[in-house]
Amino acid sequence: MSVLAHEAEQELPAWSLPASAGDSIRLPSSWPDRVTRDWAWGGATGAGVRVCVLDSGIEPGHPRVGAIQHSIAVTKDGDEISIEDDDAGDLCGHGTACAGIIRSLAPDCELTSVRVLGAGYTGSAGVLLAGLEWAIEQGFPVVNMSLSTTKKQYVDRLHELADAAYFKRTMLVASAHNMPVESFPWRFASVVSVGSHEADDPFALYANPKPPVEFFARGLGVEVAWLGGETITATGNSFATPHVSGLCALILSKHPQLTPFQVKNVLHLTAVNVGGAE
Amino acid sequence: MTDLRAAVAAGVLGADEAYRALLRSTVEVARAIFHAKAASVFLLDEEADELVFEAIAGEGAERLIGTRFPSSTGVAGWVLVTRQPLVVDDLTKDPRFAREAAESTGYMPRGLMAVPLLAEDNALGVLEVLDRPQGSPFSLAEMDLLGLFANQAGIALDLLLRARRAQSALEGAGELAALARFAARLEDAPAETRAAGLDLLRALERLLA
Repeated sequence: MSVLAHEAEQELPAWSLPASAGDSIRLPSSWPDRVTRDWAWGGATGAGVRVCVLDSGIEPGHPRVGAIQHSIAVTKDGDEISIEDDDAGDLCGHGTACAGIIRSLAPDCELTSVRVLGAGYTGSAGVLLAGLEWAIEQGFPVVNMSLSTTKKQYVDRLHELADAAYFKRTMLVASAHNMPVESFPWRFASVVSVGSHEADDPFALYANPKPPVEFFARGLGVEVAWLGGETITATGNSFATPHVSGLCALILSKHPQLTPFQVKNVLHLTAVNVGGAE
Repeated sequence: MTDLRAAVAAGVLGADEAYRALLRSTVEVARAIFHAKAASVFLLDEEADELVFEAIAGEGAERLIGTRFPSSTGVAGWVLVTRQPLVVDDLTKDPRFAREAAESTGYMPRGLMAVPLLAEDNALGVLEVLDRPQGSPFSLAEMDLLGLFANQAGIALDLLLRARRAQSALEGAGELAALARFAARLEDAPAETRAAGLDLLRALERLLA
């Protein structure tokens, strides 16, 4: 399919733009002189934005999470990977914690749980890839990935999926890793990678001038939803990441036309250290 | 001639003892660095796809060493599978976790810091640091420090795991056992036989090149 609107009916591989065609692909833009938090998500609730949590599942009926639109599980039996509706809830509490953080920032977003953990260590990377592929096919605007893999044989496929997501307007928000070992997908430029800062403000982001970690979000001593309707206090990039997913949901509910490239710009411009925290 | 044997055996002698000592040292140092009440190590048995409780320093039950559980359950399983370090400050609020932790360590922690032990693209296991005397929460800088320490422990464990694999290959019915026996015989042989043996080895090398 053509990437250019004016040639859509011609079905040609359009990798160039004729001199006269600029007007036909005019993209409306309404950026303010200065992007502030208020412009970016003031008054927004996340309504209408579907957020996918790739994790250990989400506990149904948790007071901090509320309604879950859909729960599926990716499982592996031998070489066979299956994707089915799931009612097992959360296997360890972690996915519920991430979902609760997203909900606390974007109370009206729609949450979908994709359980990719629980199939054992050996099958985990394949299951993660299948879950990610499903989420991209479903066209979720935001996918929270508080996880990574170190398996090098999956890196190429993961990279392809991350790039595909970027062009299909799916924002992959991925936890960075504070250990001197390479893991993925957070290192890819097409995802939004997140580390932790120690401030209390759930809306406070810091843009990192030294990638591959691009943003720091609240990740220390966060009160999170846990199993059995409980809450616990937890620390880690895993909990910083859903703060950014929640912000993306807010931004996209107010500005649904923005691409992942533009949302990343909004995140940058509203970062505390960039001066956009007003 | 001891060089030849050493080259073939490549550090495998005593790998088992060194392995145990390294695990003990890892949990003792982790406990000391963070002034924690206990520290423990779980290693992945990839064939069984299970985590095995291998060592503990401080409070806890030695008798539970060897306990196994599925590799992707609980907080240790989550840390292993996701490669993400995790700190939980008030575990007592999660009855299921508290029971699980107590069952696997013999000690009911209030809070814990868990980090994966990684070596290149493999996850070898999980290192956990449990509680501090004043119950003060762990900081991000401490997580970074634990990450660095876990990285060193991962490298050392990986070397020893390789040595163990090499040892089993060189021993008894192992695939390369003949090579080890050949090295041992060469070492014990008179100078002339040794020289002839080495000539033969070079000829074999040329043949296989």
